[in-house]
Amino acid sequence: MKPYLSIRNLCVTLKHGAPILRSVSLDVSAGQVHGLVGESGAGKSMIGKAVLGTLPRALHIRSGEIWLDGVDLLTLPLQERRKRIGATAALIPQDPLTALNPSRRIGPQITKRLVDILGWHKNAAEDRALDLLAEVHIPDPARVMRSYPHELSGGMRQRILIASAFAAEPKLIIADEPTTALDVTVQKQILRLIADMQARHGTALLFVTHDLGVVSKVCDTLSVLYAGKVVEDARMQRFFMRPVHPYSAALLAATPTYTNPTGSLKPVPATVIEDVETEVQQHDMRAGL
Amino acid sequence: MRDARGDIKRPIGLRLWLSGGWLTLLALAAIFAPLIAPQDPLAQDLFTSRLPPFWDAKAEAGYLLGSDSLGRDVLSRIVYGARLALIVALVAGTLTCLVGGTLGLIAGYYRGWPDRIISRFVDIWMAFPPVLFAILLIAVLGPGLISIIIAIVVIDWTRFARVIRAEAMSQGVMDYVASAQVAGRGRFGTMITEILPNVLPTMVALLTLEMGIAVIVEAILSFVNLSISTDSPTWGGMISEGRTSVHQAWWVLVFPLITLFLTVLSFSQLGEGLKDRFDPVLR
Ligand SMILES: Nc1ncnc2c1ncn2[C@@H]1O[C@H](COP(=O)(O)OP(=O)(O)OP(=O)(O)O)[C@@H](O)[C@H]1O
Ligand SMILES: [Mg+2]
Repeated sequence: MKPYLSIRNLCVTLKHGAPILRSVSLDVSAGQVHGLVGESGAGKSMIGKAVLGTLPRALHIRSGEIWLDGVDLLTLPLQERRKRIGATAALIPQDPLTALNPSRRIGPQITKRLVDILGWHKNAAEDRALDLLAEVHIPDPARVMRSYPHELSGGMRQRILIASAFAAEPKLIIADEPTTALDVTVQKQILRLIADMQARHGTALLFVTHDLGVVSKVCDTLSVLYAGKVVEDARMQRFFMRPVHPYSAALLAATPTYTNPTGSLKPVPATVIEDVETEVQQHDMRAGL
Repeated sequence: MRDARGDIKRPIGLRLWLSGGWLTLLALAAIFAPLIAPQDPLAQDLFTSRLPPFWDAKAEAGYLLGSDSLGRDVLSRIVYGARLALIVALVAGTLTCLVGGTLGLIAGYYRGWPDRIISRFVDIWMAFPPVLFAILLIAVLGPGLISIIIAIVVIDWTRFARVIRAEAMSQGVMDYVASAQVAGRGRFGTMITEILPNVLPTMVALLTLEMGIAVIVEAILSFVNLSISTDSPTWGGMISEGRTSVHQAWWVLVFPLITLFLTVLSFSQLGEGLKDRFDPVLR
């Protein structure tokens, strides 16, 4: 099956040349969940931002292709690119605090998307927003629509962002560590919610996380990112049975399991880290960076 | 799942009451000056010169706060002076806010070359000593209400530009701005719907502060005789005249000074109070 989102050899660097993403390639098939794991600072969020065209100013795309629904986004002019992305993709951001405008009520922030993207009438958009909020199990949606973000708990804000991401029925959703800002009990609910919504709406999902336990539950395929380089790209089952790259193997070994919660808490060995670093350096040399 | 804060309205603070009250009083006095002022503020009368305020045994009825050396009623002059002070505060304050706020918003949100141009401009501008700059400007433009207002805007827009630029910049990198752009809203639209509401509380606080500053600048210019023509009463002019006779008639100096002080203080306190109420996060 042809992938819905296909990133080919994406290189993102700082303006003065230091690499952030090193020739990243990954595919997300329609209706499937693709996991993206890697330690903090590996460049996971930047992949999402590169796709959405919202990279920070200091960064720019040096080379590569981003195919979304059969079109290479990077060949389109910015305005058209944004229009295309807005109509087909959405983001569930990492930080539910900065993702909602603090001085505007929740309602307009959701409905505005429907008005902007689908050209809906305001009233229709409002009805749809109420339905969506109910769908993500928010009690008293009408009141929440009138609330300001700071009046809601982190879990509620995250649910609102999920509702808002699914609002315009996108074909692709990028969920950037949607649960890291939440406590463990709420994390579970939110994960289940995203999985449910994904299944119900048949959306392709790029699921960014550093929790392999979560990946094993929700993903079909996954990529392991280290220092901006994809070191492993695999189907779930194969990955958990026989990880190819030593870094993935070490990562897997470091994941706590239910059967042996403390015994399996091993750090990734220093030699493995050194080896990957060397690999990354060699890659940079070949790429002439 | 009602949160603990509920929908309780916070009572208006004492600060807002006092500052708002004083400014309202002043505004009413300015509007209805001919009805309120007990005397003609310009009428000179040597028989009533240097009358002390009402509690003094030598005070005369109709001259509540005494009179100056030309026999003009101090209270009436303060009331009429409020007109000019408030006009300058409102017009100059608003214009400064519009000019500086807009430039700051553009610089902070668009960054890149608009920011470089505006910021360099601000840096150069701020290198001029403001009061000298104002005096120089008035000297060139010639005294008058319009000149004062222009001078204040020209000098003080940088204050708005700097603060609003910083605020817009910190808002601009937030994820919600990115989502609005991804949803297909243009740069300008995003600036208006996403950034502007977030810098508004700061803008309001700065605006009221600026109104207070405008009152002071006007007073300073009157003090050095560069304001409106000398025959319309101004607080600065009164202070300047009162200074020369402070040993014989201190009230000519002190009452306008107190009025000026209370007004400037009220403007800044009003700003702080309003900022708290405007800002949804602090509210
Ligand atoms: N605005 C920026 N300017 C310069 N470098 C940046 C900027 N934003 C991110 N980076 C760099 O890009 C790299 C990747 O960051 P990214 O946010 O993608 O990490 P991440 O994998 O999402 O980490 P986390 O799990 O902590 O969210 C980091 O090394 C970071 O220092
Ligand atoms: Mg991240």
